[in-house]
Amino acid sequence: MTDLTPVLSATWDAQESWKLSTYEDHGGYRALKKALGMDKADIIQAVKDSGLRGRGGAGFPTGMKWGFLPPDDGGPRYLVVNADESEPGTCKDIPTMLSAPQVLVEGVAITSFAIGCNHAFIYVRGEVTHVYRRLLQAVREAYAAGHLGKNIHGSGFDLDVTVHAGAGAYICGEETALLDSLEGRRGQPRLKPPFPAVAGLYARPTVVNNVESVASVPAIIDRGVDWFTSMGTERSKGMGLFSLSGHVERPGQYEAPLGITLRELIDMAGGIRAGHQLKFWTPGGSSTPIFTDEHLDTPLDYESVGAAGSMLGTRALQIFDETTCVVRVVTRWTEFYKHESCGKCTPCREGTFWLTQILKRVEGGQGTEADIQQLLDTCESILGRAFCALGDGATSCISSSIQYFREEFEQHIAEGACPFDHSAAALFDYDAPAKATEEAHA
Amino acid sequence: MTSTADKATTQAVETVSLTIDGAEVTVPKGTLIIRAAEQVGIDIPRFCDHPLLKPAGACRQCLVDVAAPDREGNVRPFPKPQASCTMTVMDGMIVNTQHSSDTAAKAQEGVMELLLINHPLDCPVCDKGGECPLQNQAMSNGRTESRFIDVKRVFEKPLSLSSQILLDRERCILCQRCTRFSKEIAGDAFIDLQNRGAMQQIGTFNEDVLEFDGYEPIGVAAEDESGRAFSSYYSGNTIQICPVGALTSASYRFRSRPFDLVSSPGISEHDSSGAAIRTDHRRGKILRRLADNDPVVNEEWITDKDRFAFSWQNLNDRITRPLVRGEDGELHESSWPDALAAAAKGLRAAITGDEAQGAAVLPGGRVTLEDAYAYQKFARTVLGTNDVDIRTRTASDEEQDFLGSSVAAKGMGVTFADLEKAPAVLLAGFEPEDEGGIVFLRLHKSTGKQQVFSIAPFLTRGAEKLNATLLPTAPGGEGKALAAVKGSTDAAEALKEDGAIIVVGERLAGSPGAFTQALALAKRTGAKLAWIPRRAGERGALEAGALPGLLPGARAVTEASARTAVAQAWGVDSLPEAAGRGAAQIIADAEAGKVDALIVGGVTPSDLTGDLQAAIERTPFVLSLEVRRSEAAEAADVVLPVAPPSEKSGTFVNWEGRLRGFATALKTDAMSDHRVLDILARELGVHLGTGTVAEVSQQLGSLGAAAAKERPAAPKVDAPKVDAKPGAELILAAWHQLVDEGALQDGEPYLAGTGRTSVARLSRKTADAVGIQDGLVTVSTEFGSLELPVAITDMIDGVVWVPAKSPGSWVAQELGVEPGARVTVKGGI
Amino acid sequence: MTYDADTLAQLRKDADEILDRYPVKRSALLPLLHLVQSVDGYVSPDGIGFCAEAVSLTSAEVSAVATFYTQYKRRPNGEYQVGVCTTALCATMGGDEIWRQLSDECGVGHDETTADGKISLERIECNAACDYAPVMMVNWEFFDNMTPDRALRVVDDILEGRDVKPTRGSNKVSTFKETERVLAGFEDGKVDEDQGVGDPTLVGLKIAREQGWEEQR
Repeated sequence: MTDLTPVLSATWDAQESWKLSTYEDHGGYRALKKALGMDKADIIQAVKDSGLRGRGGAGFPTGMKWGFLPPDDGGPRYLVVNADESEPGTCKDIPTMLSAPQVLVEGVAITSFAIGCNHAFIYVRGEVTHVYRRLLQAVREAYAAGHLGKNIHGSGFDLDVTVHAGAGAYICGEETALLDSLEGRRGQPRLKPPFPAVAGLYARPTVVNNVESVASVPAIIDRGVDWFTSMGTERSKGMGLFSLSGHVERPGQYEAPLGITLRELIDMAGGIRAGHQLKFWTPGGSSTPIFTDEHLDTPLDYESVGAAGSMLGTRALQIFDETTCVVRVVTRWTEFYKHESCGKCTPCREGTFWLTQILKRVEGGQGTEADIQQLLDTCESILGRAFCALGDGATSCISSSIQYFREEFEQHIAEGACPFDHSAAALFDYDAPAKATEEAHA
Repeated sequence: MTSTADKATTQAVETVSLTIDGAEVTVPKGTLIIRAAEQVGIDIPRFCDHPLLKPAGACRQCLVDVAAPDREGNVRPFPKPQASCTMTVMDGMIVNTQHSSDTAAKAQEGVMELLLINHPLDCPVCDKGGECPLQNQAMSNGRTESRFIDVKRVFEKPLSLSSQILLDRERCILCQRCTRFSKEIAGDAFIDLQNRGAMQQIGTFNEDVLEFDGYEPIGVAAEDESGRAFSSYYSGNTIQICPVGALTSASYRFRSRPFDLVSSPGISEHDSSGAAIRTDHRRGKILRRLADNDPVVNEEWITDKDRFAFSWQNLNDRITRPLVRGEDGELHESSWPDALAAAAKGLRAAITGDEAQGAAVLPGGRVTLEDAYAYQKFARTVLGTNDVDIRTRTASDEEQDFLGSSVAAKGMGVTFADLEKAPAVLLAGFEPEDEGGIVFLRLHKSTGKQQVFSIAPFLTRGAEKLNATLLPTAPGGEGKALAAVKGSTDAAEALKEDGAIIVVGERLAGSPGAFTQALALAKRTGAKLAWIPRRAGERGALEAGALPGLLPGARAVTEASARTAVAQAWGVDSLPEAAGRGAAQIIADAEAGKVDALIVGGVTPSDLTGDLQAAIERTPFVLSLEVRRSEAAEAADVVLPVAPPSEKSGTFVNWEGRLRGFATALKTDAMSDHRVLDILARELGVHLGTGTVAEVSQQLGSLGAAAAKERPAAPKVDAPKVDAKPGAELILAAWHQLVDEGALQDGEPYLAGTGRTSVARLSRKTADAVGIQDGLVTVSTEFGSLELPVAITDMIDGVVWVPAKSPGSWVAQELGVEPGARVTVKGGI
Repeated sequence: MTYDADTLAQLRKDADEILDRYPVKRSALLPLLHLVQSVDGYVSPDGIGFCAEAVSLTSAEVSAVATFYTQYKRRPNGEYQVGVCTTALCATMGGDEIWRQLSDECGVGHDETTADGKISLERIECNAACDYAPVMMVNWEFFDNMTPDRALRVVDDILEGRDVKPTRGSNKVSTFKETERVLAGFEDGKVDEDQGVGDPTLVGLKIAREQGWEEQR
């Protein structure tokens, strides 16, 4: 049985948890002061040794990413925090920034110091007013306390932080699209190479990291590499926020070492809602292939989930019980991808347009047998052929749901209607209306 | 038939070897896979890729299988196919295209299928059909049948992006070649991607199309003073590079199929760059013009004027038979023998006898090298005069000396490549876009890496796009401004760098001392000097000696040894000694009744401040060699029809000094000016020897260039100080917009609609001093006035700028003065 | 542009402050669009013109950005942007039904505004509150754990001119324009209102405390 490990969430239940004073009362900014006395190279090495991997979904070793920056050429370098949390099912960064924005700010300060950045940006999605308020205040309080600004704690290090609000585009969570958006353009991904580490924001060396990755840095510096590596598995070190949502008794944030299983988490969460069983779930948000009850004991770390045919992603565990229609869920996710496709490349732009139409027909009972193969063929034309991972993500739920629940698709086609009662899946009681639901987005 | 040979580069280039479909390829390092494949004849299908645009990797059509050596040298395949248009080659790389890889073939087929699901089946009504990369590649790399049984997304069509460019959004495959060209090459983001996802489309900010609530924005945000979205001078290039029929031109829409057309290579007659064009014609009629690929001069781009302005060559007023004025005072069609006899009679009368006041020749600016040579030889050997001048525009003796001493007969000087590589460029009396066309595009390639300075009253849009620094100068003050570029000023320092260039425009002829100072500046900084005139015939005429003080090869008329050499080559005893009169003087004298005959080529009276019409009417005999029944032709005594550029062969010499030869596109019996003059000379008993291009070429070749002492001496003219202050009188500045009401743009309403609105520009301070805020202002001289909306501009005080010949603003005709003159400005609110 | 002198002066002042935050001025475009939205209640052609001037772009380039992002509205928006999440999880948990009832109640559909200008309805996408599903956002403040009844009560309050309080956020939802001003980066003093946290956020921490699983030191 794995213990939960509240680290980032440790102060979330404190009174006025979001204020600097609360954070400092709990030992906040101790790590920054320690870091300012360290060699920058040692900080980077510490993060490398800790095994911290990007918590935004891709899981790329954070220290290694920092190490890709070219030697100082006298020009500016940037840290950009990806706070654009928009992957369906992912809901860990928002509560972090609402309840403990200072842990992010301290992480930004340490990271910026280590990589030689004097102007950091936090790109937060625009659809969260109160989060934005909290971040603006957190930065303001940090400046006032001398944790940001000129000559921080007498170290000679200057750092400015700009909190920047997005305006509603999931694709801006992709690091190069985020950089373009931060530059005031459409959020369309860029060619790699050059990688952001070499030419990122304003064509300067840039590190783009997820909120949780940056927020993990103070603890690593404060408590040491050994502490961090004592948690997690061989190649997936440390702890992470596991977000449980859907048909469980107690959905929410469970901070645990990587490698914990869904069975353990569901247990802690009070089980699937009374009288129901687990049908399918996502390990890392809608962009990851779905799992079923076969995978209850799969350790939730990068390697094990990968070996089982999916991706750990953002640990966004969306749990669906047997009242849920897989076709309905997959159709709705596909509509999401279609709406969010930036339009730059043919496979994603045209592919999601096509997939959505097919799925809606199937869900609505006007599907044909050929449609299932067409779905798979179209997914094949997109996967690995699109410009960025959004296209790939769009295909994950379709191909995996056909793999595990093909007969449900066939049932929709054969019966000419969806055999599920939507009201049974809802968390409240209501009488299901006769007409079908309208399209999500034009 | 264009001569474009340049010196070969001698640097060694690092190469890379790889295998593509089993064939070994060696290419320079940094080459894209798709380019390397082309070099061994392997065509990977593509849409968004274009050799002159930065790679995008958007369409995904060019996917190939790639395996490359890793750090240990083991060749490992990439897990997924790669876009060959964005990946550069690596030593030992193994590439398998659709020819040798099922994965690549299937991936390409998949992308093609996806492109076609929303693409409308417009082929039967789409201009691009028959020359469409989507059609062609769908045939070679696509499925035979579509599996899409759902609903395509649709758009209302077509949209006018400008009066000339139409957009059918459904056809667009979002390759973004057009937006990338507009932004990267032309610097005019008049279009951009709009919306997101499947409804993404190309567009301007059009509130109706994009469903914004509101009204047309007015003010500075709109690019044009009228509030109308401005269209770039290079917008036509987007039509040519669009790989589908999404972008079409209004003037060509629905008119032809490419397989009906014959394509003839040619050279644009609209400016002095000598851009390579393709003239597409069907049954003797030109239907459209495209850019031809000439990497050395215009790459793959031409201006909208080059592309769309060709109807002038065959409008309703085209002359195909000689005309002779009869007893009744009207012009009547005549036979060639009769017309030639009448012309000979008239000319003979003008040059024979003691009372004879002689004849003068105004060839006009559209002439080829061969035509210009024939005109000047005719003047000198048939009419016995040096009164021949192609410069029916602002001109001066200083300019002639400058050209003769420092520009003519020096082979190729500064080239387009030099402009691109220059670390610094100073523009004096030259607007890169409006007066240079593709010169601008070449300079723009180096924006950010090149310092540009402009001696001008204000920074035009073109100059701004080049990040130019303005050295504010009033017309007439360019001489002093050039003199001030010295010591440690930014411009002077910049020009001292290796490869720096000074570009002088023909307008400096109206500014005494300017050419003198330009030469001095070149000398003291070591910068090279380039003269870029406006018209296609200028440099050729200079080489051919169609100027009153110059003989072919830059020989000064006043140099005895020069005259002797030419006379000998021509087989005549002697050539007239006295330097001739310039065009303006000729016209003034003719108006005063002091000239007995005029030969007038393609000259438009409304372009001149001198009253050419009155001069023609006053002169006893006038011969017009014209393509159209122009104003000048209508007033002449004999009109001989000559061929427009598409119906003849010849050579334009571009501003670089490069010979730009072209062959006949449409075979008619129209004759070049040089051939007509040859026949006329024969009628007058002189063997001119200019019947064919070859003959003229041979003569020019054997005449060669003048020795230094035979050239005119470099000019030494003082530059006056110009006092430009806001007050009752302001100094007039004017130049031609690229798209305006020039005669060669007649008959092109769609092109005309893309011209910029005519405005009168004043600085805020000047406007305040004259009491003007907004509205219409009247610019007047003693001869006449213009009424234009005022546009307050960041510019030098005491100067008012208006376009030289745009709608409502014909400076020469209405104001009767040259730029630099004083005018009064009144009005506005 | 038809902004009156005072509005234009304030816009310019605010714009300067925004431009100051970035080393390259084009970066200010997204917050500037939020700013003009805070003045006009949507991105008007005037707003596009203002932004184009401020960051030296053409209107086509500004509209390219304005039409890419969902939060920029092209028609005068309601005072309250009411969004019901209908992405797969929330929809399944009941979001679809909540949407259906709200749409019926307001008499408008997706991206439409009630005649009185009070509410614009939107079927929004995952707003990162999945553990609080079904989720509704009003001017981008959280209304967690919605049921049709709760949602209807919020909407009715708005339609009848009463204040509404988010489940996690400020004490009272600001207007659309006021909210846009915050998103342009101007603090409104409401940051310390409310704890901004609910059971789902604390559930793991609570269990850890109960079980005595503190972080190792």
